[in-house]
Amino acid sequence: MTNALEIEGLVKTYGDGFQALKGIDLHVAEGDFFALLGPNGAGKSTTLGVVCSLVNKSAGKVRVFGSDIDTHLSDAKLNLGVVPQEFNFNQFEKVFDIVTTQAGYYGIPLKKASQSAEKYLRQLGLWDKRDTPARMLSGGMKRRLMIARALVHEPKLLILDEPTAGVDIELRRSMWTFLEQMNRQGTTIILTTHYLEEAEALCRNIAIIDHGRILKNTSKRALLQQLNLETFVLDTEEPLSEAPLLEGFATSLDDEGALVVDVEKGQSLNGVFIQLEAHNIRVVSMRTKANRLEELFIRMVEDNNTGAAREGDAA
Amino acid sequence: MRTDAMLTAYKTIVVREIRRFTRIWPQTLLPPAVTMTLYFIIFGNLIGSRIGAMGGFDYMSFIVPGLIMMSVITSSYANVVSSFFSMKFQRSIEELLVSPVPNWIILAGYVTGGMSRGLGIGLIVTLLSLGFTQLSIHHLPMVILTVFLTSALFSLGGFINAMLATKFDDISIVPTFVLTPLTYLGGVFYSIDMLPGFWQGVSMINPILYMVNAFRYGILGVSDVNPYVALGMILMFIAILSAISLRMLARGKGIRH
Repeated sequence: MTNALEIEGLVKTYGDGFQALKGIDLHVAEGDFFALLGPNGAGKSTTLGVVCSLVNKSAGKVRVFGSDIDTHLSDAKLNLGVVPQEFNFNQFEKVFDIVTTQAGYYGIPLKKASQSAEKYLRQLGLWDKRDTPARMLSGGMKRRLMIARALVHEPKLLILDEPTAGVDIELRRSMWTFLEQMNRQGTTIILTTHYLEEAEALCRNIAIIDHGRILKNTSKRALLQQLNLETFVLDTEEPLSEAPLLEGFATSLDDEGALVVDVEKGQSLNGVFIQLEAHNIRVVSMRTKANRLEELFIRMVEDNNTGAAREGDAA
Repeated sequence: MRTDAMLTAYKTIVVREIRRFTRIWPQTLLPPAVTMTLYFIIFGNLIGSRIGAMGGFDYMSFIVPGLIMMSVITSSYANVVSSFFSMKFQRSIEELLVSPVPNWIILAGYVTGGMSRGLGIGLIVTLLSLGFTQLSIHHLPMVILTVFLTSALFSLGGFINAMLATKFDDISIVPTFVLTPLTYLGGVFYSIDMLPGFWQGVSMINPILYMVNAFRYGILGVSDVNPYVALGMILMFIAILSAISLRMLARGKGIRH
């Protein structure tokens, strides 16, 4: 199968000498729903910026559906749709004009551009706002406008940099549904996000980047299998003032006073309940802590930071 | 990118530019019309009647070509510098950078947008001047060539200014401290024959003098300089500024990290 994106040995050194990317290798297969995760300043946006021609690379190769951005930039760009992190449209232009103008930049005649704009503005719930200047839209609408603009030329690869930042939960869910639908229809999607539950819910493959290096690039399933710990949240009949000590299990109270218990692979949940019974604590409901990926992510980044600190000490 | 697709992209940029300056017409089209009308009234009618003839013509007829050219120059420059810098400032320039539009199409689109406003203003000022004096065309091809090429040249100047600018102050420095003095000293209001020899020599290094005089030659048939030399100079400057603009776009000066 063709790779939608191939990155080899990508290096970016800024003018002040800061090396944002230290030799990134990344392959994203056609049809994939791929997440690029990392803490702030890890190099996510720089990587995507190079792919989208917004950042000049210092070294390395980037190919979009086989088109090298050094030699066939125009072909690479035709296959790309980009939703950036910051709002980057003219705030004074009308919604419809923003989308059709973008189509025009891709060489799509106005009539066809108008049809495509209508299709995506309707799908994203913005058709009623087509004559509204962009500055009058809410934050969520502006995000959806950027998605419509990125899709108007029907790209094969859609890149979204923090697409749901600052968007309320309901809207975020509807955007997830839309993106899943686009992916099912064949669009390869790469996203960066701070909401790890977003990556866990949507993506099939995940790369974790930190300090300009890829720490992990694997399937979500393989990544989650590494997690040998599951966290349960237990609601108790009586509120707890402090977490009880349970032999063999780490415990804590969450922000709402519910008991949080870490259970390692091989341990039995019965052990938890037997000990709680002994403390006269009655559990009325129980759930797993949803965001398993977050645990892994934090652990990997912390390990990487520790390693980096050690390297620094050695130097 | 295919040729028809490039043509569509070019048309898109031009239409967007025209839509921009017509949407904000009280800021872009009205002020030069008001200012030039005041020039015609004050310098042409009130003061001009006491100055008498200049270059063999009454003062009003003498200054009209210069004032038309002055409005074309400032409007062409202002359109591109403000539009392109606003796109940089709002980051909407990224819409173009991620698209497959070649750099020369981007440049051509912005220059055409600047020319549309510059020539539109030139037409408005010309029509206004007809209320104060009679215009006869001495050499139509010279009029058309000079005004089109000058508009293109200053649109390119505005483009380079916008590429280099990092804050809004930067886009007003050149128009205020370079363009306006050069225009006022470029023979709009006087013939350089009136100046002492030294200042005549100094005036000859002002490129705007050549454009104003070439245009005046086209309308009145009089000029302080050879109009064909002036055309040659404008073409040379256009070639130089185009090369600089394309080089800056290719390197992503101020628009790519």
